[in-house]
Amino acid sequence: MENDLVLEIPTDVRSIEHAVEYVVQRCRTCETYQKRLRLNFRVGLTEALTNAVLYGNAHDPSKHVLVEVALEDGRLEARVTDQGGGFDPSSIPDPTEPENILKPGGRGLFIMRQLLDEVSYNDRGNQVTLVLRLEQGSALEGGAQA
Amino acid sequence: MGFQVSQNGDATLVEVEGQLIVGNRQELKQRVLEQLEGGDRKFVIDFSSTGYIDSSGLGVLVSLSKKIREQGGELRLSSLNEDLRTLFELTKLDTLFRITDTKEEALEGF
Repeated sequence: MENDLVLEIPTDVRSIEHAVEYVVQRCRTCETYQKRLRLNFRVGLTEALTNAVLYGNAHDPSKHVLVEVALEDGRLEARVTDQGGGFDPSSIPDPTEPENILKPGGRGLFIMRQLLDEVSYNDRGNQVTLVLRLEQGSALEGGAQA
Repeated sequence: MGFQVSQNGDATLVEVEGQLIVGNRQELKQRVLEQLEGGDRKFVIDFSSTGYIDSSGLGVLVSLSKKIREQGGELRLSSLNEDLRTLFELTKLDTLFRITDTKEEALEGF
């Protein structure tokens, strides 16, 4: 799948919201699917970028996060790659279990899995791919590299 | 994007404008903890002007609720839109907080 949008963002939490809005605003879909864009994709992508900045790149300003987005046949795919050593996603416990619910962290991956249709990691664990299904005619507007 | 803090009787009302996400969660935490250290014990965080919350924002709410309870106080949440309610339900955090439809309802109940 050819990428419609490619962004390289700095390892800075302040850049996350802008990057997410930039991508979301370029997605055009029908009214029925707006909530999936507004909630599921927006929050899911925010979680992926947050994990990349905070844990993958560990706040290291010399590193960056690569965001590649493609939309084809109603399949919106966002791939987020950091420059960290990776992690094992199976090591994250269920944050809704009674022993975890009072913990301040550990909900990002769970939320991604709940909101997206597919969430997968590469073997190294430094790249996550999010997939959200939208209407067939959905498109990315103003496709460009930033 | 910001936080409006006001006093309503002996309750502190914090209104979240924009998003509550990793980029501004520490500011919210600091504002509430300052009030807690100053003696406030009753808190309402209102989301009527909030677009969305990420897991970092949810984590700060959990952390603040715990600290406030340790001091004998309570944190209530109000005016969650449909998206925010979905996030609270998915994460089961709706079971941790008293959530009201309006800030007035939250403040009156204290």
